[in-house]
Amino acid sequence: MKRIIIHEEYCIGCGLCEVHCIVKHSRTGKIIRAFKEERDQIVPGVQVERDGYESFALQCRHCDDAVCIEACMTGAMHRDPETGAVLCDTDRCVGCWMCIMVCPAGAIQQGADGTVASKCDACTDEEIPVCVANCPNEALVLEDEE
Amino acid sequence: MKSKSKYLIIGNSVAAVAAVSGIRQIDESGEITLVSREPHHTYSRPLITYLLGGKVTEEQMAYRPADWYEKSNVNALLGTEITRVNPDEHTVETADGETLGYEKLLIATGGTPIVPGNVAGTDAAGVFTFTTWDDAKAIEAYIAEHGVESAVVVGGGLIGLKSVEALIELGIQTTVVELAETMLSASFDRTASELAQRRLAEEGVQVRTSTTTEEILAQEGRVVAAKLTDGETIPCGLVIFAIGVLPATEIVEGTDIEIDRGIVVDDRMRTSVEDVYAAGDVAQARELICGEKRCIAIFPNAFRQGDVAGRNMAGGDASFEGGLVMNSVTVVDVPTISVGVTEPLDDSYETMVQLDEDAYTYRKIVLHDGRIVGAVFVGDIERAGIITGLIREGLDVSNFRDMLISRDFGLIQLPTEYRRRVISGTGTRA
Amino acid sequence: MPNWLIEPDFVVERDPDRCIQCEVCVRQCANEAHEFDEELQEVFTDSTRCVGCHRCASLCPTDAISIRPAELEFRPNENWSAQAIRNIYKQSEQGGVLLTGMGNPEPLPIYWDRMLLNASQVTNPSIDPLREPMELLTHIGSKPQRLEFSGGETPQLETTLGPQLELHVPVMFSAMSYGSISYNASEALARAANEVGTYANTGEGGLHEDLRQYAGRMIVQVASGRFGVDVDYLNSGAAVEIKIGQGAKPGIGGHLPGEKVSADISATRMIPEGTDALSPAPHHDIYSIEDLRQLIYAIKEATRYRKPVGVKIAAVHHVAAIASGCVRAGADFVAIDGYRGGTGAAPTMIRNNVGIPIEFALAAVDSRLREEGIRQDAGLIVAGSFRCAADVVKAIALGADACYIGTAALVAMGCHVCQKCYTGRCNWGIATQDPYLTRRLNPNIATRRLVNLLESWAHEIQEIMGGMGINAIESLRGNRDHLRGVNLTDRELNVLGIQMAGE
Ligand SMILES: Cc1cc2nc3c(=O)[nH]c(=O)nc-3n(C[C@H](O)[C@H](O)[C@H](O)COP(=O)(O)OP(=O)(O)OC[C@H]3O[C@@H](n4cnc5c(N)ncnc54)[C@H](O)[C@@H]3O)c2cc1C
Repeated sequence: MKRIIIHEEYCIGCGLCEVHCIVKHSRTGKIIRAFKEERDQIVPGVQVERDGYESFALQCRHCDDAVCIEACMTGAMHRDPETGAVLCDTDRCVGCWMCIMVCPAGAIQQGADGTVASKCDACTDEEIPVCVANCPNEALVLEDEE
Repeated sequence: MKSKSKYLIIGNSVAAVAAVSGIRQIDESGEITLVSREPHHTYSRPLITYLLGGKVTEEQMAYRPADWYEKSNVNALLGTEITRVNPDEHTVETADGETLGYEKLLIATGGTPIVPGNVAGTDAAGVFTFTTWDDAKAIEAYIAEHGVESAVVVGGGLIGLKSVEALIELGIQTTVVELAETMLSASFDRTASELAQRRLAEEGVQVRTSTTTEEILAQEGRVVAAKLTDGETIPCGLVIFAIGVLPATEIVEGTDIEIDRGIVVDDRMRTSVEDVYAAGDVAQARELICGEKRCIAIFPNAFRQGDVAGRNMAGGDASFEGGLVMNSVTVVDVPTISVGVTEPLDDSYETMVQLDEDAYTYRKIVLHDGRIVGAVFVGDIERAGIITGLIREGLDVSNFRDMLISRDFGLIQLPTEYRRRVISGTGTRA
Repeated sequence: MPNWLIEPDFVVERDPDRCIQCEVCVRQCANEAHEFDEELQEVFTDSTRCVGCHRCASLCPTDAISIRPAELEFRPNENWSAQAIRNIYKQSEQGGVLLTGMGNPEPLPIYWDRMLLNASQVTNPSIDPLREPMELLTHIGSKPQRLEFSGGETPQLETTLGPQLELHVPVMFSAMSYGSISYNASEALARAANEVGTYANTGEGGLHEDLRQYAGRMIVQVASGRFGVDVDYLNSGAAVEIKIGQGAKPGIGGHLPGEKVSADISATRMIPEGTDALSPAPHHDIYSIEDLRQLIYAIKEATRYRKPVGVKIAAVHHVAAIASGCVRAGADFVAIDGYRGGTGAAPTMIRNNVGIPIEFALAAVDSRLREEGIRQDAGLIVAGSFRCAADVVKAIALGADACYIGTAALVAMGCHVCQKCYTGRCNWGIATQDPYLTRRLNPNIATRRLVNLLESWAHEIQEIMGGMGINAIESLRGNRDHLRGVNLTDRELNVLGIQMAGE
């Protein structure tokens, strides 16, 4: 499967990945409108962690042994058979936060309205996830992995 | 004997479902028969309180899609109860007197809710336990039929609290009766319990601690009040017993299969008898931190054990890395997570705490020997999983322990090698 | 005391309708010009801190930021220009030498722009480089005066050729030390040189252990501080360059402040961590051409005559005589750096006022060496602000073997020529050692961009040559007949050795 590889030594902590993730998951897909109208309603699936000069952008790792799928009590968290991505079916999610409890990367968040889990959906409808496509320093790259 | 399956699974819940997928990872075609007492398509047990509270529909109860059995090539015998296991003959008996054969058997019968034998009047109408879909339907019907306005929930643990949540949704005045000094004492520490209790009180839920029911009072066969051991009587139209579950081991009692509290299993989920495996709430497997075998009746555990059992039944080589007690419960609107040891067991344990009572936020980390052994999060639960991961990993955190409690603690503060492994996404299990 | 006499150079404008308060600009400005006000939840900008590097504007996802020169006008005065006044304010405030970075920005004539190239029409056919071979291969080193053969029927070359550098594009990366630029920048230059088949130059900072793998395509420099020089260093490179002078600051030394001498740099330079790296103005063992000859031969001995050894000098008065001396001292190549050559740090007065244009220096040196019959003894490399392929072609027609590019290479990596290299706070991660900033330059991207640049210049050079009807760069070298002057006086044409357009 294709996996987003994080080259943390090149992360410049700019946060453009977060910005474009928000735009991508907005209603209009237009950057200025997305921010002016929906900023509070979207939790970006990628989040930059910073510590001193170090930083990296982290999104769901779509783990091989996804513990969130195991812990999900509704079956909402599942692996997309086509892309291998770990996705949360928000129609089935009840916001029990079992996934947040077990994700070792801390890459699942409570959605903006606090009722369902929010996470990276791997931009499965895009050729390249927007965080990767818009990373100015190729700190995020898409690589094929066995 | 009617049939002999390569794999026979008793149970239709998490552990069973995980076992099917575990088997299918390795053996795509071997015949699987799955037997369940409950007539329903596999459903999510924890959702029953949401169903009662009207937060999910019946369609949303399905734990796996409607075509799951078919797609997984499973022969499902729903609404069929198993009464006996005969390990020597490699057979099981159904309540209808049928005999089913197996090559490998998985017992995933879960737990049976406890109704205390020393409380009088529990046979009155309006007294329920609450662990199945049918319980939810029965409670719902009873409330509707009798216009129930108040209820007593006996047991302030996880299921009790979840029941309360549903009752709040339905606008029913609820009182919780808890024998221990605080609610959720099994998984929470005192501070977290008090926060939870305070939040519930704000919602009008009465919590009576250090007491329990002595007798259920009924009129015309229907419950009207609960009498407590401290002498008080609480009028109510409904009583729910939520004081825990016992491993559902009846069907193997009297066989050579070793039972302690639950069915004793090794790290491969094998019971003491060949070709018989057990997983989920019914099983008693090794606990991660103390290393002893314990029954840990939680969902992720059941999944993991089911998966391990399934793979091994199919000839694979999977090993259970040990169970870890953990819970995620939302108290009204305050999310909480607790993992592992939440109160120091002796002086050799250390704790780090951050509390903001007004904001309902609380973080606590329990350390032992330089390692994290437990944690509590109230209010702010973001990234709790990172701590859970560290507990599982048993990583020495001495060098960065002070950061653990900080609000903006993240993966980036962890040792490079560990975080690289987590980030790689190729596998985090120790 | 407030710096009320120091005014902003730039005005940063933020379009409130476009700004989405994403804080990318805040995180990117190492000069802290942008600040997020937590209380108002809004980004504010302090223009006095802006150096005009465009990092924020480049990364702003909504193009909400524009930067323009501060328009605060002094009463017009051709003599007392705004810059002159500001410099005095700054010096009277802070004392000390005015410092700057990059090459001379003053409006002095750029003679490349006053020379035009020839093309074939009717009487001699032009060549299509896409259809026919077009040789750019260039060798730099001492060439024999004549070749001797033996063997009659199947001739055998008897002359032993001196060691040569082999360039697939007649453009090399000029000396930029690790210390003045970041490790990632050094790595990118080294890797790109390898990929394209040209050379990078260590500069005077030694060669980092991890970059030794690329040293086959690197020229190692020996400067007055002798930083990082030992016999392994000399032998690791493809050639050795003795640095006498630099176009941006002829006659003066260098100073890398101790704060920048990190553990890595200290190991590479072979000096204690945290100590100032002082390059003396002269080599204290070179006071004559004879001394220079001793060093050249010492290095040739140390490298067993397997590597070309060259000398880099700044273009100054009498450059032709100096270059001739270098060749006679045994240099296999001479690199001349013109007065627009770049630097990581130089006193402004020196950079802007010392030296001569590279065009004149080149023409003078090439002519002189030819006159003296020693042009073949050494390669001639020119440096000092080559901006495009046409500059390179003109230089080769004027007599150079190859060009060094410094600033152009940095620009390819993202440099916006803000001239603040000396502050060490390069927002593009190039001229800095700050770990927060160096990660901004991903060497993979930088390498790719450098390779693209050289390859596109190579194509353009081939196209220009084809137009002239020339199919090998050898035939262009010193072929001043392909150059014509415009806007030049007779004296200028004379020194350049070219004819006036129309002649
Ligand atoms: C209200 C409620 C809320 C919960 N919330 C949480 C939570 O938030 N987090 C958490 O981690 N856990 C929670 N749990 C616990 C969790 O549901 C259990 O850990 C989990 O369901 C155990 O799965 P299991 O497969 O072992 O057994 P069970 O889910 O108990 O399933 C047992 C299966 O076996 C079948 N069966 C039993 N006996 C027989 C027989 N004799 N013959 C045939 N079939 C039989 C049953 O029909 C059923 O299909 C909750 C439980 C309840 C009741």
